[in-house]
Amino acid sequence: MPGPVVHLQGIGVRIGDTPILRNLDLLVGPGEAVGLIGSNGSGKTTLLRVIATLLRPTSGVGRVLGASLVDDERYDVRRRIGLIGHQPGLYPNLTLEENISFVARVIGEGQSVVGRVLEQVGLGAARHRTASACSHGMQRRAEFARVMITKPDLLLLDEAHAGLDPQAGELVAHLAAGARARGGAAVVVSHEHARIAPLVDRFVELRSGGASDAEATL
Amino acid sequence: MTGFWRQAMAITRKDLRTEVRSGEVLFITVPFGAAALMLIPLAVGVDAPLLQKIGPGMYWSIVLLFGVLVTVRQSATDGPSQRDLLSLLGIDPAARFAGRAMASIALLFTFEAVLAPVALALYGTDPAGWWWLLAVVPLVAIGLGLLGTLASTIASSISSATLVPLIVVPLAVPMLLAATQITEGLRIDATILGWILLLVIMDLLLAVAGVISARPLQEATR
Repeated sequence: MPGPVVHLQGIGVRIGDTPILRNLDLLVGPGEAVGLIGSNGSGKTTLLRVIATLLRPTSGVGRVLGASLVDDERYDVRRRIGLIGHQPGLYPNLTLEENISFVARVIGEGQSVVGRVLEQVGLGAARHRTASACSHGMQRRAEFARVMITKPDLLLLDEAHAGLDPQAGELVAHLAAGARARGGAAVVVSHEHARIAPLVDRFVELRSGGASDAEATL
Repeated sequence: MTGFWRQAMAITRKDLRTEVRSGEVLFITVPFGAAALMLIPLAVGVDAPLLQKIGPGMYWSIVLLFGVLVTVRQSATDGPSQRDLLSLLGIDPAARFAGRAMASIALLFTFEAVLAPVALALYGTDPAGWWWLLAVVPLVAIGLGLLGTLASTIASSISSATLVPLIVVPLAVPMLLAATQITEGLRIDATILGWILLLVIMDLLLAVAGVISARPLQEATR
């Protein structure tokens, strides 16, 4: 992939009168995985949403997968971004299989892939269970299955490890490695620094809305 | 199938499946609408000529008012995480609008079809020229489905779901007027083509407005 995957310069985000991010610079290259750390309210989730093109910065310039964050070209790269956020992006009344099948249908993948990825994330036996009847960990695994189908070039994980058993944690590593192997990148937010340290090349710490390279305390 | 229609059909299928599972329309709105139709004869008493006269108007009024509930049903409302998912799957906002509208239209058509015989039975309305209704019922379902989906998208962009009825009801008045005038026209053997044309034009305008505004409305909260 030519050029950086994420290149932010002087990015700021205000919500109302409250500055969430201030003058933030971030460079993530192809094949790189970055751990994003910082205290509650430091703007980690906001930054992930900016990188995912789901939130327009109020100042600064930035490019993600080569597309400007403020121009219409950002719509074209969204399909190449995978985000696993705090809240699961599942439809609670649909079964796990129907949720994944919906994703496959939208992106034009065959339905045969649905059963395979559900097996891979350990949800083969629970495929007919509605998402609302699944535990938090199972819902997370279903989201991993979704990411396996969409194969994003940029993977954004927001506390993806939270509440997961060690086996599910290995899935996170597998997903991050997949994005890197495709020449993309991964940005991983977690409070469990020790858990994501093996996944990432370096840590970036957010302090009062700005970023600096950090040596994580493990 | 092109990407646009593949995405739209996937949304429709997902919305209808969710509706079937939640049963909001079939098990709550439809019986409630039928009950509302029953209340009017109870209120005005056994006055057959009066009931026959007001029957079509009552039917279409109930379709309009309860149709709003069908279009803004909870199962059609995506939360923030689902909206993010749809954006990151690269779904064309216009395809999303079309898919949601098609699901609403299918449910509204079912709603109208179930309520029509109830209205005929309760009000004793003469079903003269009923075959015209085969065109009018889908046209109203399409218009109301498009309008409700557009209103839901607007409300979602400004995070105020309570606005939906305030947007839908005034804009649906021409549809209500056309539908009642068509039914009355059939009864007294008057020309109805002008009213049918009004419904067709409204449907077309709403479809164009929904497709054109889909992207700006989706991005309004970003």
